[in-house]
Amino acid sequence: MENSINIKLKVWRQAGPKAKGRFETYELSNISTDSSFLEMLDILNEQLINKGEEPVAFDHDCREGICGMCSLYINGRPHGPDDDVTTCQLHMRKFKDGQTITIEPWRSAGFPVIKDLIVDRTAFDQIIAAGGYVSVNTGGIPDANAIPIPKPDADEAMDAASCIGCGACVAACKNGSAMLFVSAKVSQMALLPQGRVEGARRAKNMVAKMDELGFGNCTNTGACEVECPKGISLANIARLNREFLKAKAQD
Amino acid sequence: MVKIDAKIPEGPIAQKWENYKANQKLVNPANKRKLDIIVVGTGLAGASAAASFGEMGFNVKVFTIQDSPRRAHSIAAQGGINAAKNYPNDGDSIYRLFYDTVKGGDYRAREANVHRLAEVSNSIIDQCVAQGVPFAREYGGLLDNRSFGGAQVSRTFYAKGQTGQQLLLGAYQALMRQVNAGSVKLHTRNEMVEIVMVDGKARGIISRNLVTGKLERHFGHAVVLATGGYGNTFFLSTNAMGSNGSAAWKAYKKGAMFANPCFAQIHPTCIPVHGEFQSKLTLMSESLRNDGRIWVPKKKEDAEAIRAGKLKPTEIAEEDRDYYLERRYPAFGNLVPRDVASRAAKERCDAGFGVGTTGLAVYLDFKSSIERLGRDAIEARYGNLFQMYEKIVDDNPYETPMMIYPAIHYTMGGIWVDYELQTTVPGLFSAGEANFSDHGANRLGASALMQGLADGYFVLPYTVQNYLADDIATPRMTTEEKEFEEAEKAAKSHFEKLMDIKGNRSVDSIHKELGLVMWDFVGMARNKEGLEQAIEKIQAIKKEFWSNVRIPGSEEDMNVELEKAARLADFIEIGELMARDALHREESCGGHFREEYQTEEGEALRQDDKFAYTGCWLFKGEDQEPELHKEELKFEVVKLVQRNYK
Repeated sequence: MENSINIKLKVWRQAGPKAKGRFETYELSNISTDSSFLEMLDILNEQLINKGEEPVAFDHDCREGICGMCSLYINGRPHGPDDDVTTCQLHMRKFKDGQTITIEPWRSAGFPVIKDLIVDRTAFDQIIAAGGYVSVNTGGIPDANAIPIPKPDADEAMDAASCIGCGACVAACKNGSAMLFVSAKVSQMALLPQGRVEGARRAKNMVAKMDELGFGNCTNTGACEVECPKGISLANIARLNREFLKAKAQD
Repeated sequence: MVKIDAKIPEGPIAQKWENYKANQKLVNPANKRKLDIIVVGTGLAGASAAASFGEMGFNVKVFTIQDSPRRAHSIAAQGGINAAKNYPNDGDSIYRLFYDTVKGGDYRAREANVHRLAEVSNSIIDQCVAQGVPFAREYGGLLDNRSFGGAQVSRTFYAKGQTGQQLLLGAYQALMRQVNAGSVKLHTRNEMVEIVMVDGKARGIISRNLVTGKLERHFGHAVVLATGGYGNTFFLSTNAMGSNGSAAWKAYKKGAMFANPCFAQIHPTCIPVHGEFQSKLTLMSESLRNDGRIWVPKKKEDAEAIRAGKLKPTEIAEEDRDYYLERRYPAFGNLVPRDVASRAAKERCDAGFGVGTTGLAVYLDFKSSIERLGRDAIEARYGNLFQMYEKIVDDNPYETPMMIYPAIHYTMGGIWVDYELQTTVPGLFSAGEANFSDHGANRLGASALMQGLADGYFVLPYTVQNYLADDIATPRMTTEEKEFEEAEKAAKSHFEKLMDIKGNRSVDSIHKELGLVMWDFVGMARNKEGLEQAIEKIQAIKKEFWSNVRIPGSEEDMNVELEKAARLADFIEIGELMARDALHREESCGGHFREEYQTEEGEALRQDDKFAYTGCWLFKGEDQEPELHKEELKFEVVKLVQRNYK
């Protein structure tokens, strides 16, 4: 049942952070529809290397949709045309023979381009460092079953914790806001008794860091939720806003 | 002459770790501030160790090749983490977890280390819950458990099918808390390329900034390598694309012995290979074997019809299905250990009963579980795995059975470490998959997460401190010292040499060639003749690589091809050592199956009188044969018997 297609790629090439970028056009033939999108790029790179040209640089690692390393803005959508997947899980069967595919890096003030399709997402680490944790040291901890947690709370916390930190939410947002990312972590912790203790401080510090790093404001367009490969819900943003207001009220 | 001393503490097995802790040396808070520790790698072991060191008051420098510590491949572990909590009251205990792990490892692990692992396992669960890891819970609010291969109890804690992700995020967040506090300095997109030795001790590293291509010098009073396994030697594996064995290999070349390199785990439940363009294999969690039943057709003609696309698996009547694991191993059934399940799948496929277009696949069927529990229950347990399968294969596993086949997944072998997780190079420690220590010849499911976090949270913080207690008078060194300069020069010339080859073949094309040799001759079934051939073929690939690889771009820039080439250069040498180790080990045990050594029923046949030791290889120079040293394994508690899962 193996089918193959011919495609035309328009790929963003940029030699370095300060270099001027441009689109390059490449044509690929006989791409198996069973190959993944990144395997298609591997094939392109193999051809470029064989011609003595520099391959296209793109971030990727686990290739099973969990590490959050892959990105790519494909035909105007973060992680491409399929729903609920990362780029590495996108398969060529989602494209048509003869189609032109435009591939760009995440575009956002918070994520500057490093090279070609690779962007710098260390801002997310800085936001986590500002408070995305429970402040406990290793050891001296009570038994894991000492505090029962209602199953619905644990499940909801797990849903929020599923965020892979890929940055698609920021790339999808016309304001370049990181609210979905921040709210997922704040929500996870706020839902659990372990995290509730420093909930107010966490919300305030993480939001302040997000603002400081140049991410935009949330205007509730909902684009982030649509493009999130892990289905992180907008309800988390509502919870973050409540936590944030509580924190302000305590000041 | 390097002497092998595992430094196992005195006393009965259950007292050894307590004795160690009671007698270890400590460093007072004022001195901790003056001591630097380098941690390479930010997976479960690296992140948890670095966070713990930071909390204790040491100065920590941590390195990762990814853009963030959270990307490390621990994140992809699906099924769960073992602990001897015995919450389900089904007869579990520290002793039983210890026993199952030694037995599961086919009696090639060091008892004292495994017992310590079982002892600290419970603290890991406590720690993670305190960090806000959202483990699965029962309606009463307490933690839920499930079963994994090689155990008859339910001792596996899990967070959906994303346990590794949640545990790693817990460790990552603890690490970022220390970064915020200033005790840990984080270096991302930064790869260790050389270890710096001063007066016979590891005192730092040379790293390559992967964004700028610049080499950097970093001093540490001690260096910890938590850099994962070398499964990608096979090109196709369940490892992430960037997972590599290079840090371990640099350590080997500086005198750290490499232990049991041939012990590689082949995971039975992976999505089968489907094309030449394929870049990696995707694991389907072992937890699926709790509710999925593995089978192939009983009749050869049915298998042939399926391969030709003329018959669907759902059309095969119940009595015409061979649930071969349940048939061969009634006591453990579909939950036999990984090595056993993998070999059984290969046996059926080799005998002509395989399915899929290639005949190299077996079914993992959820039909009876869905009938028994309902589709919703199965979706709640494995929803994300089923979705992943459907996206890749374009087939709905709720309706048609999954197709699976074994693939390289984990390496039990690795850098040799003593009880303190110290290598044969003083001051150089190794943790997690990078070391060889706890899994013997086969790792049980849900034990990798346990070992990574045990090493990082609860072992290294004690043992590295014990080492550093003798170093409180050693001042921080400047990296202008000649040892740093020389190490940097060596690294620089290595990269220049790679760039100068200017051949005709891409890195990947050579890596794929290596992978095929490894899979064919050093894979699931090995024999003397094949291994001898493999060594020759690998040496030829090495020659081809060093004369014909083509790396575009420059070394003083971000250059992904150069990164890959440098790692492949090491994979080629690791592959050769794996073959050499497999050739010397004339027995079958765990993941190492020598066709010459099997029982009449095709089970692995150990030679305890000759091979009850850890094979430790010492580097003797480029293109020289390495030297074999042996750490004899003394089993004081567990009795050596043939593993029986029947």
